Amino acid sequence: MTLAAPGFLSPTGVEIAFLLVGLVTFGAAVLTVTTRQLVHAALWLVVALGGLAVEYLLLTAEFIAWVQVLIYVGSVVVLLLFGLMLTRAPIGRSPDADSGNRPVALAVAVVATGALLWVVVDAFRTAWIDLEGPARGTTAVSGESLFRHWVLPFEALSVLLLAALVGAIVLSRRNAPDEPDATDMPNAPDAPEGARPVGPDGRGGASRRGAGGAGGATEVK
Amino acid sequence: MHLVYPAVLAALLFCTGLYGVLARRNAILVLMSVELMLNAVNLNLVAFDVWLRDTLHAGQALTLFTIAIAAAEIGIGLAIVLMVHRNRGTSDIDALRDTAESVADPAGDDTGHDGEHGGHDEHDDVYDAEYDEDSSDPDTHPGPAAGEKAEATA
Repeated sequence: MTLAAPGFLSPTGVEIAFLLVGLVTFGAAVLTVTTRQLVHAALWLVVALGGLAVEYLLLTAEFIAWVQVLIYVGSVVVLLLFGLMLTRAPIGRSPDADSGNRPVALAVAVVATGALLWVVVDAFRTAWIDLEGPARGTTAVSGESLFRHWVLPFEALSVLLLAALVGAIVLSRRNAPDEPDATDMPNAPDAPEGARPVGPDGRGGASRRGAGGAGGATEVK
Repeated sequence: MHLVYPAVLAALLFCTGLYGVLARRNAILVLMSVELMLNAVNLNLVAFDVWLRDTLHAGQALTLFTIAIAAAEIGIGLAIVLMVHRNRGTSDIDALRDTAESVADPAGDDTGHDGEHGGHDEHDDVYDAEYDEDSSDPDTHPGPAAGEKAEATA
């Protein structure tokens, strides 16, 4: 139970900064999962991910912080906003953002929080991170370890990214090639979105279809 | 820095994401919550890498891998959500109940053609016909309606 030398109740400046940014991050995360406005959820997610980037900087993981800003804040959130836009998410408050099992979810989350906090605080009560000395996560250090010790997983990961790219294109194509559907008949009444009104020149369905991927635009021609 | 700070923050973020995954109805909001959970894992990896002073930098390398895998995951997930929205007219998770087991027809999977339950052909024919009629309309939610009709025929 005795605390070691650095003292729990005399936090350093880094700890205070970590605590404040952590509070902002956690508040933004809670707003992300509780707000009823769908676009606001994505914007609060930007705040949470940006706060985590600052936390990485405070933990001297500089390269991870910039990768976080580039990939999460830069591309993942933009993808999520595009997804919200393409699924025609309502602007403004949507009353059915939460499903019916919200009390159960709240109970599970509270129990998990209690268990995790108990275990983590009990396990690492006397552990301190030594942030002195040379920085641990500069680009030079990270790149050297990545391309000296982690080359094979790195290359495997590039193959996985390629597979994900091809998979996303295949999934968002309008039709499989062996499926003669609305490809040659854009106004076919049995098209899956046939209930939606089609423009007078027959391109009302085509513009919607082009949003799904590059396959749609070529089929219209 | 005390190690408890990043560990507690990671635990809180993970449980926030857990709540979001369980409580949200829109599939894209569920994906956002999954991102929160993945970021909690990343924070733990970075904090423990700095704490342990690993010579291989395993924590930070794995964090980079996790970020890349999360990017791939969000791309595939959004493609699936867009396809479901295009086919069904909704992206609500609890409206997609085609593979749910109904109590009245325990063998009633979403195809109904697997031939393992040949004992009651008439029921299957009726079930298939009504199911096809339901699934041809993308704007209704076929899951609960199909379940009710399966119960009615059985």
